[in-house]
Amino acid sequence: MLSRTAENLFWIARYIERAETMARLLEVGARITMIPQAHGDGYRSEWESLLQASGTAKGFDAKYGDPVQRNIESYLFFDRDNPSSVISCIERARENARIVRTAISGQLWDVLNMAFQELRQLERRPRSELELTDLTEWVSRQATMVRGAIDSTLLHNDGYHFLNIGFALERADNTARLLDVKYYVLLPSLDFVGSELDSYQWHTLLRTLQSHRAFHFAYGGELSARKIAHFLILNPQSPRSLITATEKVTYHLECLARDYRKSGLPQMRARALLGELQKATVEEVFDEGLHEFLTRFIGEVSGLTSTVFETYLSGEAR
Amino acid sequence: MTQHFNEMYDGGRVREPYARLEGWTNAMPAELRQMKQAEAEQLFRRIGITFAVYGEGGDPDRLIPFDMFPRVFTQKEWRKLEAGIKQRARALNAFLKDVYTKAEIVQAGKIPAKLVYQNEAFERAVMGFVPAMGIYSHIVGIDLVRTGPEDFFVLEDNCRTPSGVSYMLENREIMMRMFPKLFHENRIEPVDGYAEALRRTLASVAPAKCDKDPTIAILTPGHFNSAYYEHSFLADLMGVELVEGPDLFCEGGFVWMRTTEGPKKVDVIYRRIDDAFLDPLCFRPDSMLGVPGLMDCYRSGGVSICSAPGAGVADDKAVYTFVPEMIRFYLGEEPILQNVPTWQCAKPDDLKYVLANLPELVVKEVHGSGGYGMLVGPKSTKEQIEAFRRKIEDDPDNYIAQPTLALSTTPTFVNEGVAPRHVDLRPYCLVGEKIELVPGGLTRVALTEGSLVVNSSQGGGVKDTWVLAE
Repeated sequence: MLSRTAENLFWIARYIERAETMARLLEVGARITMIPQAHGDGYRSEWESLLQASGTAKGFDAKYGDPVQRNIESYLFFDRDNPSSVISCIERARENARIVRTAISGQLWDVLNMAFQELRQLERRPRSELELTDLTEWVSRQATMVRGAIDSTLLHNDGYHFLNIGFALERADNTARLLDVKYYVLLPSLDFVGSELDSYQWHTLLRTLQSHRAFHFAYGGELSARKIAHFLILNPQSPRSLITATEKVTYHLECLARDYRKSGLPQMRARALLGELQKATVEEVFDEGLHEFLTRFIGEVSGLTSTVFETYLSGEAR
Repeated sequence: MTQHFNEMYDGGRVREPYARLEGWTNAMPAELRQMKQAEAEQLFRRIGITFAVYGEGGDPDRLIPFDMFPRVFTQKEWRKLEAGIKQRARALNAFLKDVYTKAEIVQAGKIPAKLVYQNEAFERAVMGFVPAMGIYSHIVGIDLVRTGPEDFFVLEDNCRTPSGVSYMLENREIMMRMFPKLFHENRIEPVDGYAEALRRTLASVAPAKCDKDPTIAILTPGHFNSAYYEHSFLADLMGVELVEGPDLFCEGGFVWMRTTEGPKKVDVIYRRIDDAFLDPLCFRPDSMLGVPGLMDCYRSGGVSICSAPGAGVADDKAVYTFVPEMIRFYLGEEPILQNVPTWQCAKPDDLKYVLANLPELVVKEVHGSGGYGMLVGPKSTKEQIEAFRRKIEDDPDNYIAQPTLALSTTPTFVNEGVAPRHVDLRPYCLVGEKIELVPGGLTRVALTEGSLVVNSSQGGGVKDTWVLAE
């Protein structure tokens, strides 16, 4: 497969996963504003923390300044100046797909192209007619259909693996960032740890990841930072946990190595990271410091991404 | 008023190839037609068959209007066209080989040396080099118009990278999907062998140094190009890679693709970029579209390029005048298809005639394309004619003129129902080990009443083209 084609596929998946994360962030923000605030700043700091989480705070400040819900909705959903907005992500995913039409199935193209066409329709409707929940659910549905089309219509060849590597790396990164934000930004001060507000926010975080029900199935009713951290970092049953994402990356990299009859740096790094997560306990994570652990993990993921790029996507491989 | 040949109605009588279509349109109420039209558009948009025009504002994914009323040829009509097109494709290739090697036709005084060797499309860089099987133009798109039951004229030859074949194939797909009954009732020759034939053609011209199954790739300028859909569509149908310049590099006299498993050798490149952009070391140094060193690999027989660099010298509008002469010179045959009588403004007598008769003529730039830079005399105002007169006087070498032909019309769906509109035809002839063309082509239709300009860039549409089986 052409290196450029593999790169386009990789980015289709990353953009779709990112669009979904953006939509979920918006949803969680809206939910937070529906509960009474315990501290003085009101909704403002919540929205700010969401912008931090999405890595779009700077761009937003420059363009809008005032973090009111409507502006944030516009910026995170419809704004083409924001490279991470839902519309930017979906347009780029579709553009990448258009470039590699030959490497994807008709169904996958259909889903991506229809998402793009529908989004353009949505964009033309008056904002007052659009319910935020409808928008975020729409994004979720599109992402689900993309994954469905990939799993049920694509040959399970290298292209399939590059798509899945894209999904898993983006997901690992997004979950880690969301967790990090919860710990350091969402909570206004340490006094709130263990408070009602604290548990509400953890719950909201689970909601963002559409994992609150799964969590209850896995752990029973009680929410605690320890359990949630375990669920989102170390539980291989949790679809969005760091360990699950890392397992997926490793699995698809191994498939590539098998198909190409050649293993290398990406496989080594992925295996090492997975091994670490498999051995780790929540106590160790908290001992290291959740923030420190997550920062290190995000760094590892980024290093792994670079080796994938150098080995397969840059076209420099010999 | 000129009498135009109507391909469906001969007076009140329906001509034989269209016999079964009259009932079909009569039975279609306006609402159904509108529904079908909307369905067709939806299909085109969904599949993504759009004509991307970036940087011009407006919808970047513009649809070319699709007319559902098919254009029909009988088997007998088609056989004549086919023979004529193949003959022309052979002559054009013989001409290309000749002008890059012995130049016999010039020495014989059949065509002026200036027209060939001072031609912008002439490539000094390939002088003396003969590509695999001596073929230069592998996909020849010949534009034809019709003026009567037996009268077909060649308007123009396209020897470089004729586009539009994806429309020929997709128009058919969409028609079959929307009107399956029509296809049961009419026996229509299939066109879907095109991709297979193209692949066969490209594989047959692999360079001598290629000792196994040749690897074929399509070279595109990229996804911003207006014909990108077609490039990816053809790559998909043939199961070959669609590459951009930066995906390729040259080493050891061969061309390689950058793949996830390391470099892979490419033997045949079907390029959809112009000569000037092929190799920055040989042509335009500022181009990022091509591959540095490509021409060296080509000239040393490491890779085949389709069409060959320099093939454009045969499809020039001034060289066009001499194609019947080429057919006689190289093949010893009489041309089966006629040329449109052409005046060359480069010749003083012709120029005089042209300037005196502008309101009746169609004047074209020698290197123009896409319906730009032309004057349609009878459809122009006095001011437009005078403005064009000055352009011709300033640079007569750059213009040719032709009489306004009474182009045939075919029934076309318009707002008011069905009405005759002017059409042309571009069949695609493949030249490799064999010369072949699928029974069909791209019919372009001028959607504006009375207009003679069918180019998609000028608001023309397309329609399915049928050849009836015996």
